[in-house]
Amino acid sequence: MQELIAPFLYDYMLKAMFVSALVGAVCAFLSAFLMLKGWSLMGDALGHAVVPGVAGAYLLQLPYAAGAFISGMLAALGMALVKQRTRLREDAVIGLVFTTFFAAGLLLASIYPTSVSIQTIVLGNILGISDEDVIQVIIIAAVSLTILIAKWRDLVVVFFDETHARTVGINAFALKIVFFTLLAACTVAALQTVGACLVIAMVVTPGATAYLLTDRFGRLIILSVLIGAGTSFFGAYISYFLDGATGGVIVTLQTLLFLAAFYLAPKHGVLAGRRRQSSASSEGAIP
Amino acid sequence: MSSAPVFLAGASGAEGVVASLSVRDVTVAYPSGVTALLDATFELGAGTICGLVGVNGSGKSTLFKAIMGFVTPSRGQVRICGLSVNQALKRCCVAYVPQSEEVDWNFPVLVEDVVMMGRYGHMNFLRIPTAKDKEKVTESLERVNMLRFRHHQIGELSGGQKKRVFLARALAQEAPVILLDEPFTGVDVKTETAIIELLRQLRASGHLMLVSTHNLGSVPDFCDQVVLLNRTVLASGPTATTFTPQNLERAFGGVLRSFRIEGGDLHDDHDARSVTVLTDDERPVVYYGEGGPEEEPLRRTDKGA
Repeated sequence: MQELIAPFLYDYMLKAMFVSALVGAVCAFLSAFLMLKGWSLMGDALGHAVVPGVAGAYLLQLPYAAGAFISGMLAALGMALVKQRTRLREDAVIGLVFTTFFAAGLLLASIYPTSVSIQTIVLGNILGISDEDVIQVIIIAAVSLTILIAKWRDLVVVFFDETHARTVGINAFALKIVFFTLLAACTVAALQTVGACLVIAMVVTPGATAYLLTDRFGRLIILSVLIGAGTSFFGAYISYFLDGATGGVIVTLQTLLFLAAFYLAPKHGVLAGRRRQSSASSEGAIP
Repeated sequence: MSSAPVFLAGASGAEGVVASLSVRDVTVAYPSGVTALLDATFELGAGTICGLVGVNGSGKSTLFKAIMGFVTPSRGQVRICGLSVNQALKRCCVAYVPQSEEVDWNFPVLVEDVVMMGRYGHMNFLRIPTAKDKEKVTESLERVNMLRFRHHQIGELSGGQKKRVFLARALAQEAPVILLDEPFTGVDVKTETAIIELLRQLRASGHLMLVSTHNLGSVPDFCDQVVLLNRTVLASGPTATTFTPQNLERAFGGVLRSFRIEGGDLHDDHDARSVTVLTDDERPVVYYGEGGPEEEPLRRTDKGA
């Protein structure tokens, strides 16, 4: 028993668990939207594209969030430009641009070694997060959550039917810009908890899991946020005992929940599908 | 019919507005250099159902986009209810009923959620529905006979039911101008009849509907006006005088199948009667004529069904 509350006795563990939960919650909120549009890979792309910004920011002693944000925006612009000027398909453009940025980041960090190591960027280091970084993460998360809570209904309309959004006076273009800005900001925040490689899981898996459990968007968001916050909190907690990478534990927990939903979901799960099939065929067998 | 009253008192967005649509010399050129629409011109007033007819690629969807402000004409202008496109959209003057292929049917929304989206233009910043909004949603669903499906996810519906949900959304929106993109595709005859009946009711209450359709046979059934499109407006006006075989052949060119059987083809003695069938592989339009195809096309109600 004493063992189980041990993580709560350390400041750094408390910080890690609550910051992770906060970041997990915002990313999960975004994931409810992202996975519906076939834009999931944008999360991955942004996660990698912010790396040179982070390395550069540490080098110049600027807030890491600012650097990450700028390079994320540059990457998004780059993708839009290449897409517009060539006949390349979207996935090829995304693959091209984000690997370029990631490579630039690795190069930068290895040529000019700073206080931040490549390992920290790629794998995250929530257990060793500095107080300044905690403040940055909290600001990002709080602003993002406020905007999302105020505007999620409008976002649903824009994602569901952009034409209709226009006819009820919603500026779809501006809202999409807001959405991707929030996505970039939150991938930056998630860098600290799970690292660049696993950011994608944070902005896809909770929403995908919730999608299997409900047909209502409001509930989907609530479930997704609960999953995101819960797995992140307990992921950080468990990593204390396993002495393993926090990001790995968080994402493993998310995957376990996804698998559970995949099999057990009341309506969209594999077992429910089988039940329907067998009841349909037994009904059919009655003469 | 054009003497329709000031539009629907009580519709907060479009209150005091008379439905009208004016498309003047509208030219739309895309960055690729393709001119999708050239000098398109027509005018429609309140209490109208107008069929928009033309081959694929004739500019029907470009015209819809121009009316909803998705593309800005390089020349000419669109005015809705006497307002510019942006003002009209802000005041909720236009509702759009999309084609089925444009909708993601796996989206996690229920039937009533979709209809509630029609109310967004009437709501506050946070879009929290009032009792009136909920009442309108129920009323709209009832009107299209879909109330008992309100808690179904939209993907669980049949083709005709899906269409009705989006019609209900347009009703809930209370917009004087309604654009319908191929409303009869993938819909059974019973639903088609129900939709047409609903459109007639809306016409009677002063709405203006622009309906793009491939279903030539049903155009004389319910459209009082027709716009024939092929990159430009080839002809527009009342159905009786505009929806003629000559105009249709101009609009469709070789795409249209045409059969014409005259009395003389069947027997030797003199007979001025003739049958002309025009079709682009959906429901054909049939003209019965004596001494030429200037007659009114056959209406479905004439078939004695």
